Amino acid sequence: MRARLRAENLTLAYDRRVVARNLGVEIADGSFTVIVGPNACGKSTLLKSLARVLKPQAGTVYLDGAAIASLPSRQVAKQLGMLPQSPVVPAGIAVEDLVARGRFAHQRLLRQWSADDAAAVREAMAVTEVSELADRFVDELSGGQRQRVWLAVALAQQTPILLLDEPTTFLDLAHQFEVLDLCAELHEQGRTVVAVLHDLNQACRYATDLVVMRCGEIVAQGAPAAVMTAELVEHVFGVASQVMTDPQTGTPMVVPADRHRRRTARTAPVPAQPAAR
Amino acid sequence: MITEPDAAAPGRARARQIVLRSPGGALSLRLPARALLVGAVLLLAAAAIAVVNLSSGDFPIPVGDVLRSLVGQGDPGTDFIVHELRLPRALVALLVGAALGASGAVFQGLTRNPLGSPDFVGLTVGAATGALVVILLLDGSGGQVAAGAIAGCVLTSIAIYLLAFRGGTQPFRLILMGVGVSALLEAVNSYLIVKGRLDEALAAQVWLIGSLSGRGWTEVTIVALTLAALLPVVLHYGRHLNMLALGDDTATLHGVRVERSRAVLALASVGLAAGATAAAGPIAFVALAAPQLAARLTRSPGPGILPAAAMGAALLSGSDWAAQRVLPDNDIPAGVVTAAIGGLYLTWLLAREWRRGR
Repeated sequence: MRARLRAENLTLAYDRRVVARNLGVEIADGSFTVIVGPNACGKSTLLKSLARVLKPQAGTVYLDGAAIASLPSRQVAKQLGMLPQSPVVPAGIAVEDLVARGRFAHQRLLRQWSADDAAAVREAMAVTEVSELADRFVDELSGGQRQRVWLAVALAQQTPILLLDEPTTFLDLAHQFEVLDLCAELHEQGRTVVAVLHDLNQACRYATDLVVMRCGEIVAQGAPAAVMTAELVEHVFGVASQVMTDPQTGTPMVVPADRHRRRTARTAPVPAQPAAR
Repeated sequence: MITEPDAAAPGRARARQIVLRSPGGALSLRLPARALLVGAVLLLAAAAIAVVNLSSGDFPIPVGDVLRSLVGQGDPGTDFIVHELRLPRALVALLVGAALGASGAVFQGLTRNPLGSPDFVGLTVGAATGALVVILLLDGSGGQVAAGAIAGCVLTSIAIYLLAFRGGTQPFRLILMGVGVSALLEAVNSYLIVKGRLDEALAAQVWLIGSLSGRGWTEVTIVALTLAALLPVVLHYGRHLNMLALGDDTATLHGVRVERSRAVLALASVGLAAGATAAAGPIAFVALAAPQLAARLTRSPGPGILPAAAMGAALLSGSDWAAQRVLPDNDIPAGVVTAAIGGLYLTWLLAREWRRGR
């Protein structure tokens, strides 16, 4: 397995609150890797460190064998893009102007708007279906529209590696699947896609590679069919469930147990959970 | 060069861009059409006000004669009044206004806050402290006062930065810290004046208000050099400023070296404010209001640097005209006029932000 993007021995923390220790991961080239796990297990934190937005307190993230922190930032930005979870929206900026800023890494003082820039912005807005919003102010849009605009910003960057932090939040069911289909298409075109998702069934449907996290540790990694079991769901989420075969896709499908049975499962000895988040 | 309209959105109302591309596509420029137009109109307005300032005074000169004198075809008497007496003052007004406008635009962009301007966070007060120390304690004058002002401004900004720094600077923290430091230095300034000799204290007080009267070619040179050195820097980093407006994380993701870009922009902005204050004293309000007024006119999301500079030049020239003309027998300092307008503006701004915040 070749992995352009990998991390070794990461210690991740916000100030003094340590989220993960000794965390290592390899993102297989050309994979659609989905990271799942309970709230506050360190999924987003790991993604941020892979995108060099969060500096690890220890350990190293490597891109093409070089420590990512040592590479020129603009060079990294041409290889790796990310959809952040809740980005800052400046007041009074129009959708198209925001998407155009996604081209920053490709621009120079005297090459401010090449034909490639124009084409990339047009295409990014078309595939995320925000073209008709081009003239609207971003701060006037609904959460779902805004999410798709930010996705367009990340796509305009045209990076071979794309990280997405909960790309389906704020979206209704139809738009969730549109975004996931779009990710699948990007993956089929040869990009490496890494996404944090909450819905296990969506994760199993779309992922080629599943990374399951719990309390800052990766407890399982591999193809969804090999990884996703009732024991794993119980261990990671503390929820009793049955894992079936998705009648549409043949991928694993997690069906949580009935309320009464789930309750007995909860009161039964649950695998010891450390108090730390 | 070939010109093409922004292909992605023909005929859009908002933020239309003019794209210029060389035939091979190696060079391309993208210029916001409305901002260019507004900037050009403001520059013309500033120049027109400056010409009016040159023509009016104790000895009125017709505008035609002023223009002839400016292109070197005036008679010796007019030339003397225009070139020696009035031109330095008019140029200081234009250049100081431009420097303050640009400085304010960068500061407000960095802090993402309309109150983040060099005079509000105490840089001009710090410059005043530097100047007062030179006037009152070291018996300096002229260029030494200017140097003192620059030193005071830079030291204050370093102090604010260090105080506000805790694992990356948060814009709002920077502003609050600036307001605190500003209050502290005001006290120091008052103390220095109270302790000073009467004649020196008077000179210091005049300097403190910020005036353009009696400004000569020395002051013109100070601001002109400041602008020549720092305006290209802030313009070059203007695109970084746009990215920083999206937050540190997003800026990093797109390849901006956040801390470095911010440091360069902040230093250049401090330098512009310092140069302006060194030449004209602490002129209030221009750095605060010019970027906001310009942004309203250009309808652009962030404070554009060039439109803000042009707006600053027009504002200060206009204020200087008012300072000389509104009360016929009194040449009141321009700083008083800008402070008076600035008070009204600030009240309006705070009321509006407060309403929006609720």
